[in-house]
Amino acid sequence: MTVGLQHYLVLSAVLFSIGFYGAISKRNAVVILMSLEIMLNAVNITLVALSRYVTPVAMTGQVFAIFVMTVAAAEAALGLAIIIAIYRSRETVDVEKIDLMKW
Amino acid sequence: MNLFYLSPELSLVGVAIVVILLDLVVPNKTILAGVSLAGLSLPLAFSVALWGTNATTFNGMLTVDQFAILFKLLIVAIAALIILASVDYAGRFLAHHGEYYALILLAASGMMLMAATTEFITIYIALELSTLSLCALVCYRRDRPSSEAALKYLLLAVLSSAVLLYGMALIYGFTGTTSLVEIARNIGRNAIVLMGMVLLVAGFGFKIAAVPFQMWVPDVYEGAPTPITAYLSVASKAAGFAVVFRVFFTAFGSLDLAFDWALVFAILAAATMTLGNVAALTQTNIKRMLGYSSIANAGYLMVGLAAASALGRSSVVFFLAGYTLANLGAFIAIIAITNHIQSDRIDDFAGMSRRTPVLAAALAFCLISLIGLPPTVGFIAKVYIFSSAVAVGLTWLVLLAVVNSVISAYYYLRVVKVMYLSEPAEGPFPSSGALKVALAVSSLGVLVVGLLPYPLMRVAEVAAAGLLP
Repeated sequence: MTVGLQHYLVLSAVLFSIGFYGAISKRNAVVILMSLEIMLNAVNITLVALSRYVTPVAMTGQVFAIFVMTVAAAEAALGLAIIIAIYRSRETVDVEKIDLMKW
Repeated sequence: MNLFYLSPELSLVGVAIVVILLDLVVPNKTILAGVSLAGLSLPLAFSVALWGTNATTFNGMLTVDQFAILFKLLIVAIAALIILASVDYAGRFLAHHGEYYALILLAASGMMLMAATTEFITIYIALELSTLSLCALVCYRRDRPSSEAALKYLLLAVLSSAVLLYGMALIYGFTGTTSLVEIARNIGRNAIVLMGMVLLVAGFGFKIAAVPFQMWVPDVYEGAPTPITAYLSVASKAAGFAVVFRVFFTAFGSLDLAFDWALVFAILAAATMTLGNVAALTQTNIKRMLGYSSIANAGYLMVGLAAASALGRSSVVFFLAGYTLANLGAFIAIIAITNHIQSDRIDDFAGMSRRTPVLAAALAFCLISLIGLPPTVGFIAKVYIFSSAVAVGLTWLVLLAVVNSVISAYYYLRVVKVMYLSEPAEGPFPSSGALKVALAVSSLGVLVVGLLPYPLMRVAEVAAAGLLP
């Protein structure tokens, strides 16, 4: 059996779903952030696979994936900074206890 | 590659860097606001100089047309008013002024780019540039509500941008390109494209606060520093609609696809305005109430989007300009009042007509514009947008929108009632000069454009006509 485009697409769809499930069901803000990173990486797999199979010469998808990774790093940095700010003010990162305002 | 086409954004980033560096040497932080304001004249001048050009540059990544430039001018104006409104607030409640003004400018440059980008990668980068800057601004007070709002904003923003990216990846996989113009050439109507379009609607829906992606709005609006709430409610929404227009009219503009997404936007519009208006009825916090009002206005704007016509496009551009004036005016008056009373509760606005007659009158006037009563710009904007929808046969949606406008009168007028008919708790108080200037500009704008709408309408028509390649 050779590994083709569908395998990559199915893998990334599964990863995206796992990440989405984690993002909406987990209570720890850091774990939610990690789930979101999984979703972004699932998109990266799609992009790179499509780049390889659909536009092998132009490599648009690979360039896109590099930009996504760069922005994801910035998002993670900002997210962790905000989580630290929250931890300082209320000693928890549990999103169900971060409920000063109605969700 | 012509850097002149990118000059508004480049100059704005340059001003932001200058502001951060000046922060290190200047002891009086009010100067930073002055420098930021003066610096905004650079992108303003470059945008005016670019008016009339119709060019695509950077391999089709960036388009400079009248549609983009009108949004750039709008965002420069919003940023200027927000900076004016921030001076007093920042002096009282915030630390690190240099970064504060710089982040406002960087968010503005991201939103200006959003209106001009015509390619998925640059759309994503511009979107994140504005979202991340705004997220840092939401967190700026670093107290409990502010950091909580920032966490909710960031997590949902990243979630929505992941969904958006997945949609972009699917469209890219089917068409083999990320450029909107070439997508339009290669696209067909099939399951992959439709799913990609749904994911794009979800991703952009977050940015423009459409149901069911609106849940962040009330919390973030309540927790964020008030000038940033104002910024989010007008600039972020305007830029979001600009990018939605680019993507859906340029890439998915073919007739069979336009039918699909116009229907989706019509249904979302109905849900968005109804939920926004009904939920606003019971609010006791004025920022939260305006949050729901902003959701409702996203619904009205999507009525114009659902029309999917040239008239619909120009009416949305006009509505955005009018909504910006009225909503900013209301927020600036609220900033001026809450800076003094330190409370966002509507009940604490009791007797403001006697404590601070000018602010109360301006706030009441802007709220009347948000209801959509003459002689304000809100009235003209609503008539314009509803007529565009009637012209394509969306009468049911317009009827619903009119019923919604009537519902909205209740919660807007309740604020007016509390200000004018309740007894004041304390005596009168003064407000700062910068806030007065900002308030005068936006309230006069609401009145003047309401009485003489034709010039702005003409500009909106020109901009909307220039959108299609």
